[in-house]
Amino acid sequence: MTNPSAPAIRFDQVSRYFGEVKAVDHVDLEIGDGEFFSMLGPSGSGKTTCLRMIAGFDRPTSGHIHLYGQDVSDLPPYERDVNTVFQDYALFPHMNVGDNIAYGLMIRKVSKPERMKRMDEMLDLVKLSGYAGRKPSQLSGGQRQRVALARALINHPKVLLLDEPLGALDLKLRQQMQVELKSIQKRVGITFIFVTHDQEEALTMSDRIAVFSEGRIEQVGTPAEIYERPASAFVAGFVGTSNLISGDVAKRITGSDQTFSIRPEKIHLGSSGAEIDGNMVSIDGVVRDVVYLGLYTRYLVQIDQGNDLVVIEQNLKSTSMDVLSAKGQKVRLHWHKDHISRVGG
Amino acid sequence: MLTRASTFLYQRPRLILFLLLGPPMIYMAVVYLGSLFLLLVNSFYSIDDFSGVIIREFTLKTYTQLFTPANREIFVRTASMAAVVTFVDALIAFPLAYYIAKFSSPKLKTWLLIAVTIPLWSSYLVRVYAWKLILAKEGILSWFINLLHLDGALAWLLSFETIGGSSLALSPIGMFIVFVYIWLPYMIIPIQTALERVPGSLLDASSDLGANPLQTFRNVILPLSFPGVVAGSIFTFSLTLGDFIIPGVLGNSKFFIGQAVYSYQGTAGNIPLAAAMTIGPVVIMIVYLLVARRLGAFDAL
Repeated sequence: MTNPSAPAIRFDQVSRYFGEVKAVDHVDLEIGDGEFFSMLGPSGSGKTTCLRMIAGFDRPTSGHIHLYGQDVSDLPPYERDVNTVFQDYALFPHMNVGDNIAYGLMIRKVSKPERMKRMDEMLDLVKLSGYAGRKPSQLSGGQRQRVALARALINHPKVLLLDEPLGALDLKLRQQMQVELKSIQKRVGITFIFVTHDQEEALTMSDRIAVFSEGRIEQVGTPAEIYERPASAFVAGFVGTSNLISGDVAKRITGSDQTFSIRPEKIHLGSSGAEIDGNMVSIDGVVRDVVYLGLYTRYLVQIDQGNDLVVIEQNLKSTSMDVLSAKGQKVRLHWHKDHISRVGG
Repeated sequence: MLTRASTFLYQRPRLILFLLLGPPMIYMAVVYLGSLFLLLVNSFYSIDDFSGVIIREFTLKTYTQLFTPANREIFVRTASMAAVVTFVDALIAFPLAYYIAKFSSPKLKTWLLIAVTIPLWSSYLVRVYAWKLILAKEGILSWFINLLHLDGALAWLLSFETIGGSSLALSPIGMFIVFVYIWLPYMIIPIQTALERVPGSLLDASSDLGANPLQTFRNVILPLSFPGVVAGSIFTFSLTLGDFIIPGVLGNSKFFIGQAVYSYQGTAGNIPLAAAMTIGPVVIMIVYLLVARRLGAFDAL
C-alpha cells in the first residue's frame, strides 16, 4: 500500500472543525522522507490538531492525509506506522522504564530475547543504559523525555511525531536536548515532525518549518527562508523580531507604499547626515531609548511621530558608556535593499 | 490581642498541628479503636452454659465454638455470597464507571453521578422491603418473566437446593440480586475516581504504540484502575459480610454472619460468641487485603 518514494506525509485539503471553530482550515502540506519538519505557531493555531490527525487521535472533518502514498485518514492510531512523543511524556506509571520502552514490541508479540536486545539498544541510543529497572516516577524530566523518545523509536515508525516535547524542560536542558534530538534523527533517518511554539527551537533544529496561524499555514520554508523572507506580517512578527513599515514612511524609504519588514540586526546606526551608498536605503531618526544587554544593545529609534524602529547592534567595540550616551541623539538608519521583505497588504 | 494570638501560633507549627489533629485522633483512638479492642477482649471471655453469666477470664473456648459445623457453614455461606456479590458488582460497575469517567460530558457526568448516588438518599430498609415486593411470587419481576414466557427457566433456577427456594424473595438468588443492587454505588464511585485519574494521554500512547482497545484495556486501563476496584470490593465484600437485614428480610431461614452475631448478642445474650464471630469478618478482610497486595493491586497507587 505504501510507496517509499512518495512524500512521508501529504495533507490534501485537510480541515478539522470543532463546532464553529475552524481548528484546521483547508491545509495542503507535503513533508519529505527523512525530513526534520517543524510545525510552528502560537497556541490554538492548529499545529497540534494537525499532529493528532497524523497520529490518528483525531480525524479530519474533510480532506485526506496520506502516509507514504497510503490514505490513512480513517485508520485508527494502532494501525498507523507512526509513533508519538507526548507533551507530558505519557509514560505508563505502573511499568518500569524497560517495559515502557518495549511496550510496542510486547503488543506486537515480539519474542522476549529480541525485545530485550532492542530495548538495550534504545537505552543506549538515549544514553540511559542501566535505567531499565527504574519506575518513571524515579526519573527527572529530561530522563522521562528520553524514555518517551526511546519508546516511540523502538518500533521503527515511518514517521515520528513530537508534540512540544521540550516544553517542560529548563533552558539548559532544552538546548542540550535540541542538539541531541537532531543528532538522533540523523542517526535513525526517520522523518521527524516536531510541533513547537518556540521559534528559536524550530529555527535551530528544522530542515523545513511550516508557520501556522488560525488553522492555516502562513508559510512553509527552510529556517533561513522563513527568517529572511517572511511571507506575511504574521510570520515576520512571530519568527524573531521584526520592524513592519507601511504607508507614507514606506514610500519615503522605498518609493512604494507597500508594507515591508526589516530585521533589527540588519539596520545600521549611522551618524546624522552620513553618506549612504547606492545599494542602501536610509531614514533619519532620533534615539528614544537604549537597552544595554551585554552581548548586544537594543535601540529604539523614532523615525516618525509614533513610529519606532528596533535596531540591534552587537557590542563589538563599544562599551556600555558609549551606547548609553546615544540616547536622544539624531541618527541616520540605513540598510541594504536586499534585506527588505515585502509582506503584502 | 487576636494578632498576638495568631503570631504566637504562627511561631509554633507543632502546636497548631497538635491542636488540629489532636481531637480527631483522640476520637479515633478512644471511640473507634477502643471499641474494636473491647470487642477483641470480649471474644476471649466465655459464657457459663448453666447460668448464662459472662466469665471474665482469658480463654480460647469461645473461638473453638466458631468451628462447629453449623458456624463453619455460616462463615462459608456468607463469604461465598460476599465474593459473588463483589465479583458481579465489579463487572456491572466497571463499564458504567468507565463511561462516566472517560466519555460523558462534564454536565452529563454530574447527572450520572447523582443518579448513581440517589438510591443512597432513601432509607436502606425501604429499599430492601421494596425489593421484597418486586421479587415476591406475585411481584412485578415474576409478572415480567411470565410475560417473556421464561417462567420455566425461573422455576428451574429456583429448584436448585442451595440457591433456590419457593420464590425469588425467599431464595439466596433473590438475596444476591438485592445485595448486588444495594452495594453497587459503593463499587462505581471508587472505580470512577480511579479511572478519572488515568490521564487520557496514556490511552492515546497505548494505541499509538499499536495496542487495540482490548489490549489497552488489559495493559493500561485495568492495572491503573485496579486499586479502585479493590477499594470498591472492600466496601461490597465487608458490607455483605456484616449485613443482617437483607438475609433477614429476604432469603430462606439459613443464617448469615450478621444474623448470627445479632441473635447471639441479643436473645441468646452470648456476648463473647457474638464478639468472636465479629472478629471473623475482620480476619477475612485482613487476609483479603494481604492477598490483594501480594497480587500487586496497590502497585499503581
